[in-house]
Amino acid sequence: MKLKPLASVALAIAAAAALLGTGPAFAQAKEQFIPVLSYRTGAYAPNGAPWANGFVDYLKLVNARGGLNGVKLTFEECETGYDTARSVECYERLKSKGASFVQPLSTGATFAITEKAPADKIPVVTIGYGRSESADGTVFKWNFPIAGTYWVASDAIVQAIGKKEGGLDKLKGKKIALVYHDSPYGKEPIPLLQERSKQLGFELQLLPVNAPGVEQKATWLQVRQNRPDYVLLWGWGVMNSTALKEAQATGYPREKMYGVWWAGAEPDVKDVGDGAKGYNAVTMQHGAEPQSKLVKDVLAMVYEKGQGTGPKADVGQVLYMRGAMSAMIGIEGIRSAQERFGKGKVMTGEQVRWGLENLNLTQAKLDALGFAGVMRPISTSCVDHMGASWARIHTWDGGKWNFTSDWLQGDEQVIKPMVRSTAAKYASEKKLTPRTPEDCQS
Amino acid sequence: MLYRENGQFKSTYRADQQVFPIRQDRIFVIAVLAFAFLAVPMLASDYLFRAILIPFLIFSLAAVGVNILVGYCGQISLGSGAFMAVGAYGAYNFFVRIPGMPLVPALILGGLCATAFGVLFGLPSLRVRGLYLAVATLAAQFFADWMFLRIKWFTLDTPSGSVAVSNLQVFGLPLESAVSKYLFCLAVLVIIAMLAKNLVRGAIGREWMAIRDMDVAAAVIGIRPMYAKLSAFAVSSFIIGVAGALWAFIYLGAWEPSAFSVDYSFRLLFMVIIGGLGSIMGSFFGAAFIVVLPIALNQFLPVLAGAFGLQISTAGISHAELMIFGALIVWFLIVEPHGLARLWSTAKQKLQLWPFPH
Repeated sequence: MKLKPLASVALAIAAAAALLGTGPAFAQAKEQFIPVLSYRTGAYAPNGAPWANGFVDYLKLVNARGGLNGVKLTFEECETGYDTARSVECYERLKSKGASFVQPLSTGATFAITEKAPADKIPVVTIGYGRSESADGTVFKWNFPIAGTYWVASDAIVQAIGKKEGGLDKLKGKKIALVYHDSPYGKEPIPLLQERSKQLGFELQLLPVNAPGVEQKATWLQVRQNRPDYVLLWGWGVMNSTALKEAQATGYPREKMYGVWWAGAEPDVKDVGDGAKGYNAVTMQHGAEPQSKLVKDVLAMVYEKGQGTGPKADVGQVLYMRGAMSAMIGIEGIRSAQERFGKGKVMTGEQVRWGLENLNLTQAKLDALGFAGVMRPISTSCVDHMGASWARIHTWDGGKWNFTSDWLQGDEQVIKPMVRSTAAKYASEKKLTPRTPEDCQS
Repeated sequence: MLYRENGQFKSTYRADQQVFPIRQDRIFVIAVLAFAFLAVPMLASDYLFRAILIPFLIFSLAAVGVNILVGYCGQISLGSGAFMAVGAYGAYNFFVRIPGMPLVPALILGGLCATAFGVLFGLPSLRVRGLYLAVATLAAQFFADWMFLRIKWFTLDTPSGSVAVSNLQVFGLPLESAVSKYLFCLAVLVIIAMLAKNLVRGAIGREWMAIRDMDVAAAVIGIRPMYAKLSAFAVSSFIIGVAGALWAFIYLGAWEPSAFSVDYSFRLLFMVIIGGLGSIMGSFFGAAFIVVLPIALNQFLPVLAGAFGLQISTAGISHAELMIFGALIVWFLIVEPHGLARLWSTAKQKLQLWPFPH
């Protein structure tokens, strides 16, 4: 028994050493460090895990292809559980290892990290999520909501509904309900939908659902009473399948439901199966792409060698592709930085920021990376940190997701002025001076 | 041998009534403060400051507040997360709406908002006790969640409901670097903990303890239950409110109502139970246990597994972290039901008798 305190002291010292040992000892030559904030546990794990698998597999694929002009990618995952405080801890932990960019993977964490990143000189990359006004690069120098935001997603849905009705003008007098996750994430589309409702004359009903969203009886009772013509679903994780089951129970037609891309993947509908048949969701460019060259490469170069992160069957699913595409855009940012600051060198956060701001993903480059048919070209600039605003609608047929619309594009006439005015408000609150054209050159 | 009060004669009441009557205690406290203020800023890394020390200080402060209410006055509360939220949003509104508002008055005003809110939700304590009161204070939590989600005025009509602060400074010094934030939190903690320590050993603290031990008997000897209970709610929620404001302003920078979910109420209650009810020192132990241990486990487990040539997945680590943490809570509660603070005082007693303990 005498040993017991000794053992616990030893444990404590070892734990303290583990804490202290996370210093910048990592900064070896020719290794580019990528932090991975993910959530594989908690209420959102069914959706968080495939995203993380796709992200990590893509990093492994880049290494299998010989790295980034010879620079090997290293990464470390940190479990956040979708908790903002824990995400900040993960950010601080991985930052000290020399992060090239960070993908917070939660709107709450994006807001918190946006305040910290400029001081730390780390670009915040939010592929298709985050704060919509950060598309304005003159105010949000370090934020990159590349390839779409929630405003683009909701605008695309409004356009898709307009097409279905035979023209946007036909939306006048219609009722559209937004069933949303009551968090910054779920509230993001509201300003755009309000703007659109003013413009087009449809009535917008806001129906919040408390996180995590397993209890929605009251919300769907309201849907039953008000009978909206369309329901937009801004859910996440377990909330989506619950909403679909409730819709089934209420008898609300699934064909009239449109989900955001976080609500349009396999884990959301699989449990409901046939009950979700006809349910639509917007995708920011890609859907499930098991036939793409990227998936074949991942299977051949990563999974064949037994290095796959997740189950093989999930490779190519919607959220898996999302993770892979998010990783790809970040990595291409590093590559474009290398083209300016020296090929085969390790890039700093500041250099990666330049690379992301001058990203030019042409069709040829996408084809070479294996993203042919998965997504369209993207090019960013100092003013426009989004680069592209393409979207498509896909529909669940009971077994898989199929595209049911052409390419849609977020309406710049609507989104641009909103981005500019919201960003200007942010700048005035923070007493930031927007960047000058000279600053853009640097 | 070293820790012995022999020969320390008190010749005045003042000397007998000071905060730390034993000389060695005074030296120890001064040494700890000197270490925290002088040595730590030189030794610790940026990560240690931002991810571990600052959360530890802020939660210690909140735990001191909860301990006054739960540990000293015996009123079980599950509304601590709500008091933190009110403090944070109150301070935010004063800070943003009044041009040129300095940080420290904003924090104090945020704490006062929490005081008003705490007294309001403390009113049921005059009628209900124990578990029933816990349920009644839980209402505060739901009310705060609802208030900050739905009443747009509190969040300045931001579309996403998330608010942010920046350009913080104290007396003209910017609070940007990790060290400056750490020192600011530490200063707030030391001042408030000292005040709390003095309160609980004064007349008002004795009233609280009398109410805790038996409120009927306390009323018989002339203690006003209403005054004692509500003052405990007021003081406690002020401290928790300041801690909430610090958590939002200093640690998060940008936050939404879910940053102060019911989870935090439970966590704070666990802190004071594990740390030791009715002990200011225990609040620090409890905060260290709840805040630092999971993060330490999360980082230590992969190292440990690596030593045996194993590799655990991220999800596996996080599951193991929860399991070990839960097991440790149960273990500590079985071995020392009176909390970690009791271990501390036992150690002190043993030291006084050393080398002949009995």
